[in-house]
Amino acid sequence: MSGSTVRTDSGIELEPYYDEGSVTPGLGERLGRPGHPPFTRGAYESMYRGQLWSMRQYAGYGSAADTNARYRYLLSQGQTALSVAFDLPTQLGYDSTDERVTSEVGRVGVAIDTVEDMELVFDGLPIDQLSVNFTINATAPIILAFYLVAAERQGAALADVAGTLQNDILKEFLARKTFIYPPAPSLRLVADVVEFASAELPRFNGISITGYHAREAGCNAVQEIGLTMASAIAYSEAFRQRGLEFDFFAPRLSFHFASQLDFFEEASKVRAARRMWHRIATERFGAKKETSGRLRFFSGCSGATLTAQQPLNNVVRSTLQCLAAVLGGAQSIHVMGYDEALEIPTEESVRLALRTQQIIAHESGVAKVVDPLAGSYFVEALTDEIEERAWALIEEIDKGGGYVEMLAEGVPQRWIAESAYEYEREVASLERVRVGVNKYVEDDAVAPPLFEVDQEAAERQRAALRERLAARDDQLAKDALAALRSVLEGDGNVMPALMHCARSGCTLGEIADEMRDVFGEHREPQSW
Amino acid sequence: MTVSTAVRGRVVLAKPGLDGHDRGIKVVGMALRDAGFEVIYLGLHVRAEEAVAAAVAEDADVIGLSVLSGVHLAVTEEYVAECRRAGLDDVAVVVGGTIPPQDVPRLLGVGARAVYPVGTPLEDVVDGVRGVVDERRGVA
Repeated sequence: MSGSTVRTDSGIELEPYYDEGSVTPGLGERLGRPGHPPFTRGAYESMYRGQLWSMRQYAGYGSAADTNARYRYLLSQGQTALSVAFDLPTQLGYDSTDERVTSEVGRVGVAIDTVEDMELVFDGLPIDQLSVNFTINATAPIILAFYLVAAERQGAALADVAGTLQNDILKEFLARKTFIYPPAPSLRLVADVVEFASAELPRFNGISITGYHAREAGCNAVQEIGLTMASAIAYSEAFRQRGLEFDFFAPRLSFHFASQLDFFEEASKVRAARRMWHRIATERFGAKKETSGRLRFFSGCSGATLTAQQPLNNVVRSTLQCLAAVLGGAQSIHVMGYDEALEIPTEESVRLALRTQQIIAHESGVAKVVDPLAGSYFVEALTDEIEERAWALIEEIDKGGGYVEMLAEGVPQRWIAESAYEYEREVASLERVRVGVNKYVEDDAVAPPLFEVDQEAAERQRAALRERLAARDDQLAKDALAALRSVLEGDGNVMPALMHCARSGCTLGEIADEMRDVFGEHREPQSW
Repeated sequence: MTVSTAVRGRVVLAKPGLDGHDRGIKVVGMALRDAGFEVIYLGLHVRAEEAVAAAVAEDADVIGLSVLSGVHLAVTEEYVAECRRAGLDDVAVVVGGTIPPQDVPRLLGVGARAVYPVGTPLEDVVDGVRGVVDERRGVA
């Protein structure tokens, strides 16, 4: 910080203190009541009195059986919802037996090759009583088909399948980078899922529009909100172009934000986001249903803010991030394990992350009253300022030809990279203090025990797939893939054909290859 | 061999494997660029042959890899082997990313010239690469 100027993480200049004069008149209208337009104060009237947020630790590794064991453990410890992490081959449409991906199988998530793997992941866990989040994008329709067929085989009704599919491909091009197909067919697949989910899955969110990854890749809180809203506008336009009514899909759109370290900015930004989405829904898209303008979100605590140095300090960082998410009114929350700057988390660190949520929920008292920060001169002024700056960003994107166009040109990608570099320079120059990194450094800090990767898991996964392939009716699988291909070449919804592929024993790699063949593959233009 | 004074060194940066987390490699690339290096960033999913071909074409001093998905050992071995196969024994392969402490000696053991695990200060990466380049170019 230069001179006496004090700023938030996203560069908003702060007064030494705030009073009545800091808040623009008309606050009452800008706030409304919780659960009512413009939803600034929360998506639901009773918020955590009615229902606590879902405690949804992101987990998955190795084989389906390994992941099933971790889920049983987490549920036995009081976790209330699941969140599936997939390995990179699954995210990018390769089977575990594919020689191009040998070392990546089961490494950062669970490997899913066929519907049988999905059945194993949920073995003994009744799908119709769970709420499950799937962090999956390019292969999202395939994973959803596998999950729905697994549910069907458990005897569950589609109407009882609850959860969220990330299915946000635009942010893959922006920041997360697990895309396969070019933007146009990718968007068509997203729309297929959203259309299918809106019609068939009343308890399931077909998309989670996320700013989390852009934020973790380096942008600031204002950019996170602006980019997420811009992308929600782009999706809504794409779905409408396909002939879907806004009020048909909008109530099932869900959102995903990061919770980082500037406490009041993090709590305020989601209040601003709720108000913005309501305005976008009503003014831009003419929503008639009230629920179309109600923003619900999942908050992910931040991996990017964790430090490899003095890893136990991350417990404190995560606690503050979780608290900011709760004060911001999150519907579900993931807290990072303190060891995640180094490895995937151990059972012990995951348990502590879950306990962090439980202590905030049951002991701290912060969940007793809805939107307790409302009316704070500072929080309201900050909420207004974040909103104003995020609108300016949306205007810039509109002027630049719209979000999809700017994404293709690599413009927001550059914003993110520049912002990330700025951050690191601030750390290097000590302008930004990072405890244990550039201040209060210890040379002999003790490393925690780390998760040990089971080198045999990938081999077991490959053996199981080979066995299944040897036992299956190849003609049935071939016919299902041919039927899928004709849907891909036309403009029908792919979901029924994908479910048929799942039932016929097709692998994720085979299905993804069929799509590669029809759609082609995307190669990122270097915008740097 | 004349050492150019205009450019401190030429660095090819690549993301091997399937991992798409590119915040770190871009930040390192920008820092190297600002320190006077010529930086050629090849992007995501780069195979060893592609990176080595680029290193030959660009007369690179260093190939820098960034891996956050845990497969750093396998890909580093692959890249080092490919460098040797192409006769680029003096091109240094350096690796950064989510690398647990116990893997640092292992990476050096399979032929990485330097390792920058998560948490390495940016200036240490730049200084480290400068040292590697100077050594290759015979600068005292």
